[in-house]
This record gives sequence, C-alpha cells and structure tokens, in this order.
Amino acid sequence: MNMQNCRTVYGQTLVELGRENERIVALDADLSKSTMTTLFEKEFPERYFEMGIGEQNMVSTAVGLALCGKIAFVNSFAVFAAGRPYDQIRVSVCIGKVNVKIIGSSCGISDFGDGATHQSIEDIAIMRAIPNMTVMSPVDGIETRKMVRAAAEYEGPVYIRINRNEVPDVSEESQEFKIGRPSVIRQGTDVTVFAHGYMVYKSLKAAETLEKQGISTRIVNVSTLKPIDEQAIIELADRVKGIVTVEEHTIIGGLAEAVAFILRGRAMPMEAVAVQDCFGQSALDYEQLLEHYGLTEEAIVEAVKKVLG
Amino acid sequence: MTVSAEKIAELEKIARKLRYDIVMMIGAGKPGHLGGSCSIADIIAVLYFHKMRHDPKNPKWPDRDRLLLSKGHAALAQYAALARCGYFSEKELGTLKELGTMLQGHPEMLRMNGIEANTGSLGQGLSVACGMTLAGKLDKKDYKVYCILGDGEVAEGQIWEASMTAAFYKLDNLVAILDKNLVQATGPVIERYDTNPYAEKWKAFGWHIMEIDGHSIGQIAEALDEADDVKGQPVMIIANTVKSKGVPFAEGKAQFHHGIMTQQQYETARQLFED
Repeated sequence: MNMQNCRTVYGQTLVELGRENERIVALDADLSKSTMTTLFEKEFPERYFEMGIGEQNMVSTAVGLALCGKIAFVNSFAVFAAGRPYDQIRVSVCIGKVNVKIIGSSCGISDFGDGATHQSIEDIAIMRAIPNMTVMSPVDGIETRKMVRAAAEYEGPVYIRINRNEVPDVSEESQEFKIGRPSVIRQGTDVTVFAHGYMVYKSLKAAETLEKQGISTRIVNVSTLKPIDEQAIIELADRVKGIVTVEEHTIIGGLAEAVAFILRGRAMPMEAVAVQDCFGQSALDYEQLLEHYGLTEEAIVEAVKKVLG
Repeated sequence: MTVSAEKIAELEKIARKLRYDIVMMIGAGKPGHLGGSCSIADIIAVLYFHKMRHDPKNPKWPDRDRLLLSKGHAALAQYAALARCGYFSEKELGTLKELGTMLQGHPEMLRMNGIEANTGSLGQGLSVACGMTLAGKLDKKDYKVYCILGDGEVAEGQIWEASMTAAFYKLDNLVAILDKNLVQATGPVIERYDTNPYAEKWKAFGWHIMEIDGHSIGQIAEALDEADDVKGQPVMIIANTVKSKGVPFAEGKAQFHHGIMTQQQYETARQLFED
C-alpha cells in the first residue's frame, strides 16, 4: 500500500493553492517545520506570517487578513489550534462566518512522543460545538489534498485535523471529494463501521479479518464530522445488524455521539471504539500508543462481533 | 496641521449628539454601557466625521479606513456615529438589544454595515486590526486601521501578543487609541487590577507613543494627523478620558460601566445633550 504523510501533502497542497491564488496566506506559531507550512514560507515569504508562539493572536490576526479578502490558513498542532484559541475561533471567526481555515496538525495521539499536553483527543468535540464551523478529518494523503483544496474554495470557517505520521492510502484518486459527504471505502452487509482518519485503515484491516470469519463489514469514511450528512448515515446504517464507530478521539463529542444521535430511536446495536475519556501519554511508537488506548484492528473486530451478539 | 476653530465647534456638536443618542439608546430602567461609550464619544466623532476615509454608501469599499472597537461594549458610540453618518436609519437606534435587531449588545459585522469585525470578548480587536493592516501592506494599500482599547481590557494577554505583532511587522498604518477612562466594571483600574504604566509598556514593545486629553477635539485631531507621519512602527495614542464623560451623575463611576439610569437620571442626561 502506498504510504503518505498527510502533513507533507498538506504543505504541498498549500503551495499549489498559493500558486493558483494570490489570496492564500498562511500563519504559523513556530511549528512550521512540523505543520509543513515551511514549504509555503519558502515559496511565498511575503504571504507567510510567523506569529511567534501565540495562537490566540494568530487566529484573530488571520481574521483581520480574511476580512480584507485573504484566505487565511492558521496552523499549529491540533491541541493548540483548536483548544488554546477557542474563544477567538468562536467570537472572531465563527460568529461572523469569517473565511479562516484552522489546520490542526499532529492530531489525535499521532504525536506519540510528546505526551498528553500535545495530544489532541478532544479537538473535534470542541470545534463541532461551535455554530458555523465545518469540521473535517482526512483519511489519507489522497483525501488530504482534495479536502484542503475544497476548504480553500469554501467561503467560511473550516477546521481540519491532520495526522503526524505516514498513513496508507485507502481512498481512490478518482473519487470526487465533497464537503459533508461520507464515502464507502468497502461494501458489506452485516455491520456498518463509521470511522475517520487513520482509523478507517484500521477498520479495513478488521474487515479483512472478519471476512475470513464469514462476517461482511461495510466501512464508511466520515471525513466531514460537521455538517454531517444525516440522510447518508441513516441510509448506510440501514439493513445491517449493527453499527460500530471508530475514532482517534475521545468518546465524548466526536463521531460516536454524532452517529448515535442521528440513529436515535432505531433500536440498533451500537459500539464505539474511541479514547475512553482519558488523556494520552508518551510512547516510543505510534502503534504502541494506539494499542494502549484500544484503537486497534482487534478492538474493531471485537466491537463488530459484539453488535452481532 | 491644526484643525480650525469652526471644525472643532462642529465636531464638539456632533459629539454632543452622539452622547444624546447613547443616552436615548439605553433609556431608563435598563442596563447599558453608558460609561465606556461616553468616554470615547469625542474620539469617535473625530474619527467618523473628520479623520477617516469612508463611504456610508459603500461600506465594503476596499480602500476605506477601518475602525475596530476592541472594547466592543462601547458600541453605542459607534452605532450612533454610523447612524448619523448614514450607514443605516437613525430610527434603528431605538431598537438596542431588541430581538432581531442590528444593534446587538456587542457589535456584529453580519448584522450592521460599518461594523468591521465581531468584538466584545475583550482583547481580540487589536489582533484583528493587525491582520487588516498586514493585508493592506500586502495589497499595497494605504488605508489606516484604528483600534480603540480600554484600560481595563489591556489586562488581556492577547493585547500584548498583538502589540508584539504590530511592532514586529512595523505596522505603521495601525493606530491604537487607549481609552484611559480609569474605571473598569468593578471599580477603579488602579485598585481593581492596575494595568499601568501604559506609555512605558508600549514604548518597550516598540510603539510610537502619544498622550492626549481624549475629550479635546483639537488634541484628538492633531494626534491622529501626527500618527500619519510615523513610519516603521505602530502608534499608540493614550487618551486620558473620563468614564461617562458629560453625564455628571455618572462620571467616573464604575456603577455606570453597565448601569441603569432611573427615570429622573435619564431625563437629566437627555436634557444635557438636547439642542
């Protein structure tokens, strides 16, 4: 399987956009070498704004740029991009539907070494709660590129979380990306698994194992968490025996709750694979940390079997 | 260049009208931000009716000068000025805080022409002003961005983040005005949470500093003109003002930061500013 680093793809896509559109500007808070906006800075030094280590001021400054016609991409680690300037995003960006794109890099527990302070397990919950915000999580490098381009084209606030590590390509280059639309990555008839980000790959691996055991699993990439296409979720959950959600995020306020609410009143067995309302910690290896928090192929297999009774 | 005596008299008259509007908007028996709105009324009058390049018929004109109230709660002064400039009908001034009104408790850009950004959660406006000034530099435009801060507000750390940005990027088209009215919501600034000294702080942050009487039309106009000549650094005008300026029973009182006028107080205040 082809592996890509989503933040590198993001950095390259921002450069592409910069070449096509003079209105694109980027702001970073001393993490450009991690978020990969360093690529944009190199090619467009006059349109790159180093904001120092001050995320709140960075977000509000981006608002000023956007209100004067720029398409402003704000960059930091997801935990600092979504959490630290929450009120600035709420007041300066979202009440006025200002054209600012918040890019949360090193999302989830993908910054495995840095520990709880740097791991973002609640960014989706925070961003989903704010009116007017669009919230997305790309499944792989292929989708990252399309998603960032779609975000630039869309007029209004957007939050995108991006994984720190290389992840396998699971989506199709030929498939059109549309904000809000979930995509079926694998067809199946017994259970539907809704996932986003790297967890879609884990779900696919689980589906392969389950298939050998005679269980057919549909895998859906819900890469837009808000606005969520309720009708599509309902249709994809129809005529299966159970639902599983999988996310590299706390169980509160993310995909699990979104899907459960959409499917309320349907008496559908449901399980959630997610971080269980606890902070992360350091590990020497991403996979080891995912395993520690139960975000594994095996956990997904178990969850699918559980909803099947 | 000094402003003429006629111009000063005209602007003083406008400032009186703005204060009249502020009192009328709040009315009797309801809380409203009288103190901070009246302390900036003279500054607002000079900006909208003398200094700023703007066009009420074309509020999104890209080359316009911009004014942001980082201390968004003083929006009543700005609402009055925008109405009297013709951004919207003066009749709207009677709808403050009513459900669905364009006159929100704190300014909202999508509801009212002439409001440049949503402010009111304190500390954010100066950063937004920095962004607008950066965009102007990028587009090689010569518009100015004015931003009014409160002396209580500058306890917000973001103000100092923005102050570093403005100096680092040499934002000489940015003019901040500190409404030093000495009183915050719960009492005198020096007692409640002293944010002094201002000149020394902003000087250390790399700003060009001026200090004026914020109720002297002539001094305000001159300082704003002088700010045009400053190159390579942002400008901070420290405006010494009086909370609730012009309303004797409320002047200098924290109670009227967001106070309620009795019917009698309201009548008194209204008559003060009536023609």
